[in-house]
Amino acid sequence: MFNVFLQVVSKELKGAFRRQSDILNPVWFFIIVVTLFPLGIGTDPTLLARIAPGIIWVAALLAALLSFERLFKDDFIDGSLEQLMLMPHPLAWLVSAKVFAHWLLTGLPILFVSPLLAVFLAMEVDTYLALFLTLLIGTPILSLLGAIGVALTVGLRKGGILLSLIMLPLSIPILIFSTMAIDAAAYGQSYLGLLALLGAMLVTSITLAPFAIAASLRVSVS
Amino acid sequence: MLRCEKLTCVREDRILFQELDFTVNSGQIVQVEGPNGVGKTSLFRLIVGLSIPYSGTVYWHDNDINHHREMFYKHLLYLGHKTGIKPELTALENLQFFQTLQPSHSNVDLWQVLAKVGLAGYEDIVTAQLSAGQQRRVALARLWLNDCPLWVLDEPFTAIDKSGVQVLESLFIQHAKKGGTVLLTTHQDLSIDKLHLSKIILKKPMDDLYV
Repeated sequence: MFNVFLQVVSKELKGAFRRQSDILNPVWFFIIVVTLFPLGIGTDPTLLARIAPGIIWVAALLAALLSFERLFKDDFIDGSLEQLMLMPHPLAWLVSAKVFAHWLLTGLPILFVSPLLAVFLAMEVDTYLALFLTLLIGTPILSLLGAIGVALTVGLRKGGILLSLIMLPLSIPILIFSTMAIDAAAYGQSYLGLLALLGAMLVTSITLAPFAIAASLRVSVS
Repeated sequence: MLRCEKLTCVREDRILFQELDFTVNSGQIVQVEGPNGVGKTSLFRLIVGLSIPYSGTVYWHDNDINHHREMFYKHLLYLGHKTGIKPELTALENLQFFQTLQPSHSNVDLWQVLAKVGLAGYEDIVTAQLSAGQQRRVALARLWLNDCPLWVLDEPFTAIDKSGVQVLESLFIQHAKKGGTVLLTTHQDLSIDKLHLSKIILKKPMDDLYV
């Protein structure tokens, strides 16, 4: 059972490293969006530090949206998705492996480049720590929620717009709670409660989203 | 034993076939015949549970496949129009993935399997760079890498040359003799003798029926 999980993850990673643009594009997009803000609104450090959490989170959300298309689409086109659905293992478990691989390829790089962007936006160390923690908890939720949207739209020819319509409203709570936590950190308040709320969202989506993804795939592929 | 009971397939409100009943026993090779668009692929997708029938049920050993998916999929090998081969991985990597799913075949030498399907020397080439026939051969190599009794093969001979077809036909007969079941569609004439081969012929209805 765990072996299958690892096999699916390693197959995804192998494939992704052969097409490196797929990994680099969302991260590159993320970096560009964040670096353009200081150029556009001026370099006043207090202003930048004030709006940094919002910018970074919105950019992370859009970068995630950009990367979702290839979560199931390529597999749908070459037939791997059908074969995945015909494996003698629970589909929810197999899609969890795919979502995990997707997070490793898109969420994790964003975490890695975030210190650099924090410097660009004149963030304090404490604020950055809060940002890092919210990204760490929040990006897996984005991957899981996005996967539901992708699973629903994978059979459609132009599912991109529909995907963003499904996906963005669902991710607004994450955006709100994350930026609230970072703001609290900026004012020196405790943000543990907000992190706990995000953690609760993560646990809920880890337990429930795979079943929603599996059910949506069964509908879309048929 | 595969049994279909009163299968009805509806596509875009049009009835493709209605109340189809048939049973396939072990040791049988069944060819589904019919003109394009008659519903052969749709029938196969219903049988393997990729799509849900408008009405009717598919049973594998008297268990409804929609309720016993994992048990059924342990016994099923399905190759569709889309090969399920990742174009950015090599032939060997693709097969390695499928091999890990078949613990009973973990000792099989994949290089030999690839040689059997005529891909010796192409093991390390990314499958996207192989020809259409070679890509299909990578997918067909899975036939040597499983012990599933039920093979459902949608147009397995597409882009395969004559000698390849012969190898596959003898493999099907071998599989049937071991008690396996093969369901396939093809527009080619098979040289499998009547003893093993049965046919299901789907015909275009005189009038289009709608739900």
